[in-house]
Parts: sequence; structure tokens; C-alpha cells
Amino acid sequence: MLRHRIIPCLLLKNGGLVKTYKFKNPKYVGDPINAIRIFNDKEVDELMVLDITATNAKQEPNYHLIEQFAGECFMPLSYGGGITSVEHAHRLFSIGVEKICLQTAALENPSLISQISSRFGSQSVLVSIDIKKNWLGKRQLYSATREKILSTNILDFIKIAIDSGAGEIVLNSVDHDGVMEGMDIELIQQISGAISVPLIALGGVGKLNDIKLAVNAGASAVAVGAFFVFHGPHRAVLITYPQYKELEILLNS
Amino acid sequence: MIAIINYNVGNLLSIHNMFKKIGAESCITNDVEVIANASKILLPGVGHFDYCMQQFNASGLKTVIHKKVINEKTPTLGICVGHQMLFEKSEEGLEKGLAWLPGEVVKFDTTQMPSSYKIPHMGWTDIFTQNKATLFENIEKPRFYMVHSYYVKCAEELVTAKAKYGYMFVTAIEKDNIFGTQFHPEKSHSFGMKLLKKFADL
Repeated sequence: MLRHRIIPCLLLKNGGLVKTYKFKNPKYVGDPINAIRIFNDKEVDELMVLDITATNAKQEPNYHLIEQFAGECFMPLSYGGGITSVEHAHRLFSIGVEKICLQTAALENPSLISQISSRFGSQSVLVSIDIKKNWLGKRQLYSATREKILSTNILDFIKIAIDSGAGEIVLNSVDHDGVMEGMDIELIQQISGAISVPLIALGGVGKLNDIKLAVNAGASAVAVGAFFVFHGPHRAVLITYPQYKELEILLNS
Repeated sequence: MIAIINYNVGNLLSIHNMFKKIGAESCITNDVEVIANASKILLPGVGHFDYCMQQFNASGLKTVIHKKVINEKTPTLGICVGHQMLFEKSEEGLEKGLAWLPGEVVKFDTTQMPSSYKIPHMGWTDIFTQNKATLFENIEKPRFYMVHSYYVKCAEELVTAKAKYGYMFVTAIEKDNIFGTQFHPEKSHSFGMKLLKKFADL
């Protein structure tokens, strides 16, 4: 049977690996190549790497570094950060990336989604969205690059993204990022029920059961950051990934 | 030398990387002479069936590859759309396939699966081997990474592996020197390495 994918999500900042807390205070957690090698050895389902500074610094993806990542990945690799053109995407695919992840560029220019997906297939285009609660507790789209809550309706934007050819939606929750106290299950339920493409839920996993809850809520895949790189109450860096058997028991029971 | 055919389609570097990892000599090539001298042919393919066939037909490599596969019986492995292209036609488009094997490519029938099942079928899937599945020898509890909306429909005797997504479908085939996998061995960790090693050692 098809198992739900469990995807380590790594954040890059200036070539180093970091982990954020509610999108703030990026803490250095090590060398990305080393981490990717470990995840590869653990036979992870898939790997996601997001460069959190490329867009703001108006930088293109760091192709040289990403090519090294791809050389270590014997599983699908997706990359996001700084992609603003079909050419950027083409270059990433040609150096061994399977899927590219659009966020800021997709918000500003949804036609980029269709330009890339019509040429390379929708299976290779992820669109990621960040959700943050406003002061009234209402969930809204959030632009990390502008550090601003947006007024665009969440589902309207997701529908535009899917109609433009997004093959998967990455749904991240700013308020749950790095907190490790569970995911926004209500949000996952709401969005997964409304879309026809796979949903990758991200943000908040602190124990294996959080993954199961997200899957039960309709996520096709769960991406995990802090839980796979931190260990213990003091957040010591330790890269982990559940055994295949553990996941089988967790997700099939 | 395994020739990974470069006809402007697909993620060739991943396949090259995995051959490198398992110590098999391979090259990404569109050079007629290199292909003519290759010991194995690897036919990749990603995206739309028609796009792949059009690119392949326009590559100028069809004659030499046909000669290798059909006349010289060089071991050949098609991956994903490269696997689908081995057959006669596809529901995805209008272009003719290579028709080296009898059969066609069809779309997943969503009426035969729960509505929560999404297309494309994407992720790690257990496979079940049958017949003389040469490339799957010594792979325990095989599972592979798949991403596709279409699959091959062909005679049982060609089928070496099936998987289940709502219902059983063909995910690998074999006929003499021709092999095909709907899934991506180059993205399937140790399972893919064992399969590609077996192919490299043929």
C-alpha cells in the first residue's frame, strides 16, 4: 500500500542549516551536507530544503550547494527559496532536484506556477503557503518575506495555485513552527478536504503521534523540522528519523 | 558503459549519481557513436507522454537505439515515461509509442478507488513480484518511489511486478533484453541501488 510520506524539512541560511521558532531566532544546527548524508543513510521518504534568506536577499538559489545536496540524495529532493523564473527552475531540475517549491513568487505572480508546471509537469511544482493567526485569532495568509499578514483569502489563493498547475500544497503554520507541541489539525482538516492534490502539512510536530494526527486529518505527507534535528528539553542537535517499521506501525494502526 | 540517453527529457543526473554510487560506469549522452558502443541502454522519461515521444523522435537517436535494442539485443531499461514509451500508445496523448512491446498506457481509473485517493499516485509503495523478475532478485520487501497518473496495461507474461493503488496495476515489466519500471529506482534508496546494480551486472 501507499504510505504517507514523512519528509524532513531543512532550513538554509547563508549556506548553513538553521531551525527557527515561530519563524524567528534561526538557531544554527550544523552543516547541511552532513545532515543530508545522515538523512539519506536513514532512508527518509523524501527531503525538503528551504532557503529562508535567498528571496529577501534577492539571491538566486545557491546552485553549487544544491547540486552537492542532490548528489547525496537517493530519494526525491525538493528545494525552495529564491526561485523567480522558469530558468531558475530549469537549472534546479538539471542539477538533480525533483521538485521546486514556490512561495513568494507564486503569491506575486501565479502565472509562474503554470509556466513551470506546463513545461516540467505539475508533479515537480510545490506551492507553499504560510498561515498565521491575526490578533483576532483568525487564520490568514502570511508573507514571511514581508513579515506581514495578507488579506487574500487562503482557499482562494490555494485554488488559484492548483488551477495554475501546483502538484502539491505545502501548508505551514507560523504559530506552530518549531514549537513542537502538535500541528494545527483543524487547519489541515479544512484545507485537505477542499483540495484535490496532495497536501504536505508542516509545523509543530513534537512527537510521532502528532504525525499520525495530521495524517488522520487528511495530510498526504507530513514535513518535520525541529523534531528531527533537536533532542531533549535543551534542544541539543541530534539528527533522527523513525525506523521504517515504527512508521508502518504508527500509520497503519 | 551504460548509456543514459539524453534526449532533452528527465532528471538524468539522479540516475547517473546512483550508478556512480554503486560503482557502475555510465554516461549521459546523445552521441550516436557512444550509444552504438554502449553495453546497456537506459531510457529515462519524465512529464507528458507526447512531449517525451516528440523529443525522442526529434533527437536523431531513434535509429541507433532501435538497432541496439531490437537487433543487437542490448539490455535496456526504461524508467517512468521511458518505460511507458516501450509500448504502443498512451491514453495521455496522440503520439505513437516505440511499440517494442505489445500493450498500452492507461490512466488510473478513479471510479475504482476511494475518493480520498489523489492522482498522481505519489509516494513509496510496496511491490509484488511475479514471473522471472530478473532485476528484483535479492530485494527483500521491495518498495519504490512512484509518481505517476498512468500505467502500462499488457499481457501477464511480461509483468514482473505489480503494486496496489485502489487496485493492482503493472509497475515493472521484462521481455528478453527489455526491462521497464514505472517507479523511480534512482530515487528509491537501497531498493533502487540493488535493482540498478542487477541491471548493470547483466
